[in-house]
Amino acid sequence: MRALTWHGKHDVRVETVDDPKILRPRDIIIKVTSTAICGSDLHIYDSFIPSMLPGDILGHEFMGEVVEIGSGGSKDLKIGDRVVVPFNIACGNCRPCTTGQFSGCDNSNPADKADLSEVAYGHAVSGIFGYSHMTGGYAGGQAEYVRVPYSDVGPMKVPEGLSDEQVLFLSDIFPTGWMAAENCMIEAGDTVAVWGCGPVGQFAIRSAFLQGAAKVIAIDHHANRLALAAQAGAEVLNYHDVKVREALMEMTGGRGPDSCIDAVGMESHGFSPDNVIDAAKAAVRLATDRTHVLREVIMACRKGGHVSVPGVYGGITDKFPVGAFMEKGITMKTGQTHTQKYMTKLLGMVVEGKIDPTFVISHRLPLEQAAEGYKMFKDQQDEVTKVVLKTDWKEAA
Amino acid sequence: MPLATPGGTKANVSPANLIDQPSDDTLVSRAVTISRSPEELYRFWRDFSNLAQIMDDIERIEVIDPVRSHWVVKGPGGKDVEWDSLVTEDVANRRIAWKAAEGAEIQNSGWVEFREGPEGRGTEVHALIAYDAPGGLFGRLIAKALQHEPNTQARRELRRFKQLMETGEVTTSEGPRGGKHAKKES
Ligand SMILES: NC(=O)c1ccc[n+]([C@@H]2O[C@H](COP(=O)([O-])OP(=O)(O)OC[C@H]3O[C@@H](n4cnc5c(N)ncnc54)[C@H](O)[C@@H]3O)[C@@H](O)[C@H]2O)c1
Ligand SMILES: [Zn+2]
Ligand SMILES: [Zn+2]
Repeated sequence: MRALTWHGKHDVRVETVDDPKILRPRDIIIKVTSTAICGSDLHIYDSFIPSMLPGDILGHEFMGEVVEIGSGGSKDLKIGDRVVVPFNIACGNCRPCTTGQFSGCDNSNPADKADLSEVAYGHAVSGIFGYSHMTGGYAGGQAEYVRVPYSDVGPMKVPEGLSDEQVLFLSDIFPTGWMAAENCMIEAGDTVAVWGCGPVGQFAIRSAFLQGAAKVIAIDHHANRLALAAQAGAEVLNYHDVKVREALMEMTGGRGPDSCIDAVGMESHGFSPDNVIDAAKAAVRLATDRTHVLREVIMACRKGGHVSVPGVYGGITDKFPVGAFMEKGITMKTGQTHTQKYMTKLLGMVVEGKIDPTFVISHRLPLEQAAEGYKMFKDQQDEVTKVVLKTDWKEAA
Repeated sequence: MPLATPGGTKANVSPANLIDQPSDDTLVSRAVTISRSPEELYRFWRDFSNLAQIMDDIERIEVIDPVRSHWVVKGPGGKDVEWDSLVTEDVANRRIAWKAAEGAEIQNSGWVEFREGPEGRGTEVHALIAYDAPGGLFGRLIAKALQHEPNTQARRELRRFKQLMETGEVTTSEGPRGGKHAKKES
């Protein structure tokens, strides 16, 4: 089959690799129809994610058709079903899974791969498709076929009449934006500030409104992305034009936002002094993450407010404003999304027309041109918000 | 039984977790919580031939009688390492202890316990393995050659035990890759 593989910093290629096989009773094989490139993939593309090996197949946002079912047979799935697959792998049996904390699944990271995160984080993290060996070393979905383990738990059947593009983002960014807003514990009258108007930020903005926020303020430096946020009803700030913290205080009558969402993560842009130091340290591998936005959300948030961090971090940092965090009594919630917990509910909202997730797509390409897609998504963020890759370009066109 | 030290520690902590180790033995301890009953976990473990499913480098495990089993493990340079293991304690659904028979190349002993966890939290499985110094050194050399320190090995084995007991499968991510492993284009 054809698949997008990683070979080093800014070096990804579409090449021919073996087809995946059923290896366990609960496995299925999916023939991918649509797959997307995520901001998380950019962290790999930019070599910020450790434990990548040349030849790893990327991609964790994908959907397609069931073409093979293991002997353990998914009760609910049959050959030919169209499914969308959550980016994180969950067994459905362990305590995290049975209590809805799917991204904390104890069992989906193979025993030999789990050592890495146990050493780095104190506990082994769960498996994610196409996202380094620390998260399991699974082949990803930017490919023609994917093996999906524990298939009776993750994949969700797509009702007839819905296009790929309407449901593809249930695999990650829509639930991620939704959980980011949920972690804000929004109450009537709340103002939510969102840093980063990439796909995750866009869904966080819309989710915050759907969850009852009175006002959403969105921050980025790409005019196109700010415009998309404004379309959803957000007030938008370009941090190249405006002193962000001062503007936020003014726009909230001196209270500060009730909740602040960091939808940027470890590769914050810009030339603020702390960011430049972080970037220099990251270059020499002293501190791995650029945490400028994380610092800013804590400083901006009102006393007793909520800080929600869907943005991905992987290493360590310094200059963490621990005083502001403690003295203001801030609650911080974060984590990889418990995708499985939200998919059915959010599908319902798509069916009811409460949200049309296709708004975020700016570009469509055949899988063959996936490497170009990465380059565009990385270098032309002022034009590109989300790239969807199609395996059957003729059929899609 | 709880550990008590002159410094005032009094808690159910394994000797492996003491800062000053009590002997020259290499002690490895590990605990994992599994959402299954102590009975189910004990039953699986007590039939030692089952353990090949969760352990690395096992060539075979022969159960000779309720006390004695014969273990064959792939050693460095393709040479097998073999020994007999004897059950020294067997408390149904609760505890199994073993030690290698006289003359084993790797002198080792250990125990595993299945303890009821707090309400709704499943069973806490605790294991302690001790490697005697001389055999232990040899054992560690073997382990190093295989890149499997006893620690790493115990960690992985208990993870697989949990996976198999909870999900019915040992998790794997084997699969296609690109680069020099990619399929040759015809
Ligand atoms: N928690 C999860 O489960 C989960 C899931 C998906 C993605 N993510 C993470 O969410 C983050 C965003 O993903 P995305 O796909 O939207 O990525 P993206 O790269 O498309 O978007 C990031 C946006 O942040 C903006 N930005 C950079 N520096 C900024 C700053 N200092 N202030 C304000 N905005 C700034 C960029 O201009 C860009 O528009 C990434 O870290 C990604 O890894 C997390
Ligand atoms: Zn993603
Ligand atoms: Zn699980």
